[in-house]
Amino acid sequence: MSDFTVATQAIGSRRQGNVKRIALRWLLYVLLCLFALYYLLPLFVMITTSLKSLEEIRTGSLVALPREITFDAWSTAWSSACTGIQCEGLRPFFWNSILIAVPAVVISTVLGALNGYVIAQWRFRGANMIFSLMLFGSFIPFQVVILPMARVLGMMGLAGTIPGLIFVHVVYGIGFTTLFFRNYYVTIPHELVKAAKVDGAGFFRIFWSIFLPLSLPIIVVTVIWQFTQIWNDFLFGISFSQAGTQPVTVALNNIVNSTTGVKAYNVDMAAAIIAALPTLLVYVVAGKYFIRGLTAGSVKG
Amino acid sequence: MFMKTAFVAVVAASILTTSAVFAGPTAEVLHYWTSGGEAKSVAVLQKEFAENGGTWIDMPVAGGGGDAAMTALRARVLSGNPPTAAQIKGPSIQEWYNEGVLADISSVANSESWDKLIPPAIAKQMKCEGTWCAVPVNVHRVDWIWANADILAKNNIKMPTTWDEFNAAADKLKAAGITPLAHGGQAWQDATVFETVVLGIGGPDFYRKALMELDPAALKSDTMIKVFDQMRKMRGYVDSNFSGRDWNLATAMVMNGEAAFQIMGDWAKGEFLAAGKVPGKDFLCGATPGGGFLYNVDSFAMFDVKGADKKAGQLLLAKLIMGKNFQKAFNLNKGSIPVRTDVSLDDFDMCAKLSSKDMAAATANGTLLPSYAHGMALRGAQAGAITDVVTAHFNSDMSSQEAVNELVKAVANSY
Amino acid sequence: MKGASIMSEWLERHIPKLVLAPSFAAILLFVYGFIAWTGWVSLTRSRLLPKYDIVGFIQYDRLFQSPRWDTALNNLYVFGGLFIVISMALGLLLAILLDQKIRTEGVLRTIYLYPMAMSLIVTGTAWKWILNPGLGVEHIIRGWGFESFRFDWLVNPKFAIYTVVIAGVWQASGFVMALFLAGLRSVDEEIIKAAQVDGIPTARIYSAIIIPSMAPIFLSAFIVLMHLAIKSFDLVIALTGGGPGYATDLPATYMYALAFSRGDIGQAASSAMVMMAVVFAIVVPYLYSELRTRNE
Repeated sequence: MSDFTVATQAIGSRRQGNVKRIALRWLLYVLLCLFALYYLLPLFVMITTSLKSLEEIRTGSLVALPREITFDAWSTAWSSACTGIQCEGLRPFFWNSILIAVPAVVISTVLGALNGYVIAQWRFRGANMIFSLMLFGSFIPFQVVILPMARVLGMMGLAGTIPGLIFVHVVYGIGFTTLFFRNYYVTIPHELVKAAKVDGAGFFRIFWSIFLPLSLPIIVVTVIWQFTQIWNDFLFGISFSQAGTQPVTVALNNIVNSTTGVKAYNVDMAAAIIAALPTLLVYVVAGKYFIRGLTAGSVKG
Repeated sequence: MFMKTAFVAVVAASILTTSAVFAGPTAEVLHYWTSGGEAKSVAVLQKEFAENGGTWIDMPVAGGGGDAAMTALRARVLSGNPPTAAQIKGPSIQEWYNEGVLADISSVANSESWDKLIPPAIAKQMKCEGTWCAVPVNVHRVDWIWANADILAKNNIKMPTTWDEFNAAADKLKAAGITPLAHGGQAWQDATVFETVVLGIGGPDFYRKALMELDPAALKSDTMIKVFDQMRKMRGYVDSNFSGRDWNLATAMVMNGEAAFQIMGDWAKGEFLAAGKVPGKDFLCGATPGGGFLYNVDSFAMFDVKGADKKAGQLLLAKLIMGKNFQKAFNLNKGSIPVRTDVSLDDFDMCAKLSSKDMAAATANGTLLPSYAHGMALRGAQAGAITDVVTAHFNSDMSSQEAVNELVKAVANSY
Repeated sequence: MKGASIMSEWLERHIPKLVLAPSFAAILLFVYGFIAWTGWVSLTRSRLLPKYDIVGFIQYDRLFQSPRWDTALNNLYVFGGLFIVISMALGLLLAILLDQKIRTEGVLRTIYLYPMAMSLIVTGTAWKWILNPGLGVEHIIRGWGFESFRFDWLVNPKFAIYTVVIAGVWQASGFVMALFLAGLRSVDEEIIKAAQVDGIPTARIYSAIIIPSMAPIFLSAFIVLMHLAIKSFDLVIALTGGGPGYATDLPATYMYALAFSRGDIGQAASSAMVMMAVVFAIVVPYLYSELRTRNE
């Protein structure tokens, strides 16, 4: 793997190399920390705001450390903020989001893996055309599909249901999942498939015992992407849900967005962080496997 | 594997719909009242609904002054699964009626004689071709000016009754180093200020011609140029960081003594009250300079749905919304005033009483006017076209003449 | 017996196509079918709900007369271009820096990646405060004694679109970083070691060996970013609401406003068609060249 140390030692004399190496290391860490600050700034604002009382927000500066720390906003956001008549916070909506996101991520990832496998390794006439069409499909603005999709869901009898929402997310997710897997599998030598065919292995057998074991890193990338997109989706969530199937983003929106009501920024911020926890969890857990999958590494370019 | 799930769901759904038996009035209500005070206000209605044997299914979608709720509503209607009742207002009630999807609620309106209770200008908007198709909830007044009582007293300023007085007061405040006008630079807030200026400078007749009838002569008149001149002045009275500010942060500026005035509908009162401020003592309320009364009425329309339980739910809901009890409880929470004129205002504050008095006067002399900025006067496309010009003018150095030209063009292009 | 074996042979031969078929059918109907539907509606007078009586190109006339649409389309070029280029550059830079055997990599990676997890409905508010001259960066730095410091892009109609870029890059660059990191790690170590032994400088190893071998990753990153750029809707709504005036309007927000808050579906459909035409004109040549070169 790439490493400054080896390279720098190779050029300079040993002593100069050491000084240079330490300087470079410092520079590297400073740079990384500066970037980390840029990424952390909004989170800092959100967390400090969520720990203030409404009184303090109204009178003090919005971007400042809290004078007194209170966790009231957090418990309100989780279990007693009003999202309509119901004042039970985000809690009841979490389950809906999980029921939507988990199957949708699984189905779209499986389909994407199979599609990518076919397009990358089982080329047939028109396969590239099909891939291009699927790719362009990812550029359709979702605002465009809402009305016709509502019609179709109505005809399928899925309007306002969780299977309906899963269906929509799968349909508009396969473009991306296919892309990810195709671009990954395309780097695996064709000779592998040829050799396996000679040995008498079939389509699914080759996929199952050769490709799948190699796929951990790309599965992680795909799951991160799909889970993030689906969990954070708001437009489909409001359009294709009804009372009882609304996902957590709709509830978050209901807490945060009110035109003519009194705003409670501390609750808003706490609610936003709570709503993001599952995705954050996926990142932390998946990030670990991401690296583990790579170090187990039989992936070659 | 997926098709199978879908199939099961279809079967399950069809069993559910065919085997539905009458189980008392039911209503799935799509609304965008979700924040603390608003939600409490709707909860009053839900409670009454339940006490009368009804089942309330809540479908809240907040955001953008109802934009998100309208997105959900369109999708629901197109999928053949409309909610029982939805919060719709102004001319869009008629538009939905023209799509043939609204239910007639005249039976309850007539038996409760709504015609006698609601100001005629508002009643007209609740009717579609003579039948009642919507039920009004409240009357928000839009043309309010709020002031910090301390600042006004210290600088020896009275609540302005003409725009000249306002300008004089603002210049004085500016010289004293106080931001005269707290304002949030969002298109709808710019439009809110604009319509009060149109009303104040042009008068009710001009308002009607320009913002309700879209009369080209009025739109390109000298009066309209004067209106934009005043808007340019207003821009000078606003602090430099106003862009994108939420209206409630502007209200907080008035509250904290950072700014003297704010022009905003009476929901701003809720912010003052929530902070423990007392009307007449800490903050003052008054009509914006000039006569007339701009109203913003929230209302519910009933959709054409199947099932005796839902139909019963619609009638019960309509009856309760217009009931004295709900009108009082709801509006006490919301900062607005009851739409029916026979509710006692003893428990309301002085601003609400002023609003009610002015509404009665405006009804009598025909100056009770719908707010264009809040979607009461025009179809969305036309109101939007005007707002685009207003906000572009306010946020650039466009001249008044250019703004008027753009306005005429934009309105012509909006049909 | 014979029939069954022919059947299974046929199945074996066509199974790749059969696997692909459902996805392809779904895309055909739900993407291309819906684009056709939008095209049809753009030729009608649809207002509150879609109508199907064709009246001609009147909606396109109206669209091109709208100064707001001009602004929105221009902003798509400015925003889209900067957003994609900066996110890619930053993502690649971070991936390379993180690839230097950094001890705290796990923590840093999560920090760079987390913005993707946050819903912009609220994060936009935080950014709005940070970028607001009276509350955020400008206010704080002036408080440190730098009285002449100015950072008022958010409230300046000419620069506001760049604040949208700042927040957009913040959200998306971490994911791009992850893609590139996955790419860097899958480059053959033997080749790099060989290059190092030959005394080739690190910078050259990256520019001549590692980065070129990641072409498929660039394609993925480009498509992900393009997709996000086109759909930057929440971002604008939460950060600027399209303002000051309508200076930061994007086609997606324009389309949404017309379709759903203004009840002008015909006009919204025409704007969608124009926007997709623009996007396709940019994307098609790129994808074509990418796919061609890599099939050789």
